[in-house]
Amino acid sequence: MTPPEGRRLVGNRVLTTLLVAAVASVALLPFASLSPNRLVSGQPVMLWQALAGWQFATLALIGILLLVAALAGPLPRRIALWLSLGATLPLLALDLQALGAYAHRALAEASPAARVSQGATFWILLFVSALIAIDALQRLRLGPSGRALYGVAALAVIGVCFSGELLSPLSIMREFANQRDNFIDQLVRHLLLVAGALLPALLIGLPLGLLANRRARLRNGLFSVLNVFQTLPSIAVFGLLIAPLSALGRAVPWLGELGVSGIGVAPAIIALVLYSLLPIVRNTYSGLAGVSTGALEAARGMGMTPRQILWRVEIPLALPVILSGLRIVTVQAIGLVVVAALIGAGGFGAFIFQGLGQYAIDLVLLGAIPTIVLAVIADFALQILVSLSRPSGTR
Amino acid sequence: MSGAARSARPLRAASAGNGVLLILIALLIALTLGMAQLEPLFRALFPDLGNPLYARDSFLNLMLAHIGLVLVSSLISVTIGIAAGLFVTRPVGREFEPMVSSLAAIGQTFPPAAVLAIAVPLAGFGFTPTIIALSLYGLLPVIQNTIAGLGTVPQTTLEAARGNGMSRWQILRRVELPLAMRVIIAGIRVSVIINIGTATIGSTVGAKSLGTPLIAGLVGNNLAYVIQGALLVGLLAIVTDLLFERLERRYAFGV
Repeated sequence: MTPPEGRRLVGNRVLTTLLVAAVASVALLPFASLSPNRLVSGQPVMLWQALAGWQFATLALIGILLLVAALAGPLPRRIALWLSLGATLPLLALDLQALGAYAHRALAEASPAARVSQGATFWILLFVSALIAIDALQRLRLGPSGRALYGVAALAVIGVCFSGELLSPLSIMREFANQRDNFIDQLVRHLLLVAGALLPALLIGLPLGLLANRRARLRNGLFSVLNVFQTLPSIAVFGLLIAPLSALGRAVPWLGELGVSGIGVAPAIIALVLYSLLPIVRNTYSGLAGVSTGALEAARGMGMTPRQILWRVEIPLALPVILSGLRIVTVQAIGLVVVAALIGAGGFGAFIFQGLGQYAIDLVLLGAIPTIVLAVIADFALQILVSLSRPSGTR
Repeated sequence: MSGAARSARPLRAASAGNGVLLILIALLIALTLGMAQLEPLFRALFPDLGNPLYARDSFLNLMLAHIGLVLVSSLISVTIGIAAGLFVTRPVGREFEPMVSSLAAIGQTFPPAAVLAIAVPLAGFGFTPTIIALSLYGLLPVIQNTIAGLGTVPQTTLEAARGNGMSRWQILRRVELPLAMRVIIAGIRVSVIINIGTATIGSTVGAKSLGTPLIAGLVGNNLAYVIQGALLVGLLAIVTDLLFERLERRYAFGV
């Protein structure tokens, strides 16, 4: 994978490219913006205008360390990789700390309505440190536990920055302070919608996957019906469910009392279940189909009943594939719930669409960023679960 | 696109599928052009609505705007995505391959609607942020499948091509790309289908699309608008998916 390290100057071209991108962004793009109030777009503030002397010196030091790590000569390869991995954490901390400190200073002498927002360079430095970490983790070939450890360390750095008053003067954090109770409500609602969809999807999908495995004739028809739902745009499915569900809610009063109506939770959950079925059924089917005939014959030879074979041999062996399906649908459902806010189901999408309607960018970000974080964390956690579910010896 | 549909004719099963596809295409065109003729039907279904037919724009214009959004963004994603996939599978860019692959994998966990929302502070409202969000998001499956598709070409095949005295360019054009094409097209299919859905939500950031009547109906509590938009966009997605299925089958060598 790594090219021969002969007389070359640059040892790590990925890291070099990322450093060049970071320097270009520092030179050309604003680090923050300062605006007189919430709705007006702000004046750009460049990094060297925003940073105090010691912060700039620290940033330069981190940059030089990363440059040394990128060169072929000075350091042995693994030490250079550990150095670049280690440097991402102070870079992340400095990026957040510098933004918060600038906001404190700038707002001390501005009017109370003034707002400080993060700029492109802030995001790019964040992104670059994530990419450096990903590259270093891959080259060091760290296993799931090493990756999880780094992830926890990065989350701890972010957590410390958010815990105090450091970032509270930022525009988006003020929006958060205004919406704190509402934010927690919507978070809980978002998670409940995801869970409320995944549970029935698993209860229906797992038996259907088993059925597809046992009855070959059903398989193709089942998969092509389920595939149609994956193809349809989510908002169209939500929209098309409104009319029948509101008719149902009116025609059958006890269903209406249970909350079955055209808008809100009922169409959201139904649509999410329909979307989640294909990955669950497909992965259950292919997980079961991947169990070797040797293992099945051995189980039969030991005198196990078909039921015992299913529970003690087939399901444990198929579990990693089934859980990968769960990983796909969980991440997918977290994203689809955003759209469900358009039919009044709530969740973080409510902030996004309310913010878009009022042209309140901070409110949009208050919905969008937590959704992305939620999806990435769910993906990461289920990825670790998948690798833990592999039978020992095949990990 | 009709060429792709025609090519699958020899198979009996495929020709039955072609019938369904043709009916759906006819339905899509008829509904796009003739939604206005259905006004009495919508009036009967929704007697409470004063205005049961979306009339602020013609459905043909909305359909063309929607297809335009998807076409422009998909062209950008396909061009950049295939170029990036080729770059990281050549010796010169191989060092970047693990990072680009994991970037494509992580990026796809981002909800498309959130990506669309984040494009607004960067590019304002309207056509541009929607195109940016759709192109960026659509890039990821194309890159992923280009890398995967080129990775399926057996080493022995490449050695045979080299042994035949083919240049690197010839090997790429005559061996690698044709063998990888089915997987690359599968990636483009995923990208285009996601973009058809996200373009619908694009109307919340001010881009004209088939989502415009749908969202207007949701906001204004007009179910007829919702159904008109949802029917058309749903049909568009299914027809596009079936066309890509034909196209993929065309590149299946003995699979």
